[in-house]
Amino acid sequence: MGDLINIFIKSAFIENLALAYFLGMCSYLAVSKTVKTAVGLGLAVIFVLAITMPINWVINTWLLGENGIFQTDLTFLRFILFIAVIASMVQLVEMVVEKYSPSLYNSLGIFLPLITVNCAILGGSLFMVSKEYNFSESVAFGLGGGFGWFLAIVAIAAIREKIKYSAVPPALRGLGMAFLLTGLMGMAFMGLMGIDPAAF
Amino acid sequence: MADTAVIEKKQGLTFGKKERKLLTDPLSQNNPITVQVLGICSALAVTTGMKNALVMSVAVIFVCIFSNVITSSLRKMIPKSVRMIVQLIIIATLVTVVELLLKAYAFESYKQLSVFIGLIITNCIVMGRLEAFAMANRPYESMLDGLGNGVGYGIILMIVAFFREFFGKGEVFGAKIIGASPDYMINTLESGIFGWYQPNNLMVLFPSAMFVIAILIWAHRAWKPQLVDVS
Repeated sequence: MGDLINIFIKSAFIENLALAYFLGMCSYLAVSKTVKTAVGLGLAVIFVLAITMPINWVINTWLLGENGIFQTDLTFLRFILFIAVIASMVQLVEMVVEKYSPSLYNSLGIFLPLITVNCAILGGSLFMVSKEYNFSESVAFGLGGGFGWFLAIVAIAAIREKIKYSAVPPALRGLGMAFLLTGLMGMAFMGLMGIDPAAF
Repeated sequence: MADTAVIEKKQGLTFGKKERKLLTDPLSQNNPITVQVLGICSALAVTTGMKNALVMSVAVIFVCIFSNVITSSLRKMIPKSVRMIVQLIIIATLVTVVELLLKAYAFESYKQLSVFIGLIITNCIVMGRLEAFAMANRPYESMLDGLGNGVGYGIILMIVAFFREFFGKGEVFGAKIIGASPDYMINTLESGIFGWYQPNNLMVLFPSAMFVIAILIWAHRAWKPQLVDVS
């Protein structure tokens, strides 16, 4: 259990998907203009990461691995299968949420399709493979990674809401400023690197 | 996503003004990174060295051109409702080809780029150009568009990588230029003029990539004021 919490803390703060690996930067910059939309997208990312990560783990180990059901090394199919799983899971989640919780659907609605091409999701799955996590570790990694991404996007959205009232040079307004702010936030998150997750 | 403009229906593979515009527009006026803001995701992480950036650029140019051509040739057969998945499968196949090629012929770069090769799949440039251009135009024009956007992306990558590698490690393409040991061309321990110089390790880390791009965007928009955000 301690190991899992360790992985959660590490993936949420120290190896933050957005601020240490630049993953999901496109939607991170595009959807961080207001806190409300940022929260919506962040929640959707946590949700999808936590679902796709274990599924991709099962596919990678039991279907593609050398000890899987085919007894051959099929890892060259990894990209195609992973992205197909992510695309179809996003579609499925969208349909289920629409049916059973229309209010949640209305708040997440437009962000769900965006998530298919969010590199944080595919990147998370690929990191899970390269770090050789087992099943429960991959669940913790999915949750932690999603939570870290959520924190990052909500924080930048809050800063961008405030920065609107500042006198920024015209050429730096909008996109340029968002990059600078992300850089500064990255420096702040680097300060967390000294944390020893084993202490938790 | 800039324009879904359909280029006039023409026969033959001419190379006139319009075609030249397709090729040069993404280099500055409509640059994928600084103007369209696509594909920053996997780009920044590989710009710690110029060699990796070059490998990544070539891989993206390859995927961009071929996915554009393939999608554009199939554009009349792809049903609208499943086009995303079809596009993703086309891209994923091409990226798998790139990955296997790198694994076979450039194993060192493959090791260093690790998961970021796979992330070309979700690189928004590729997907964005398929959606905005290849679905509506002939394969020939799509090829030029893919080449232009791939190169526009590569140029920014190389500029960022140059600043990060030179100021972070004192190297260019892995050749040691300036630093505190006899291996470097300018040895700061002995040279009197450069004695104060120290490579700044921060340039290799995450935040500096953001700062370098922010300054690039600033310079680009100061040079071309029509690109400034109105909001």
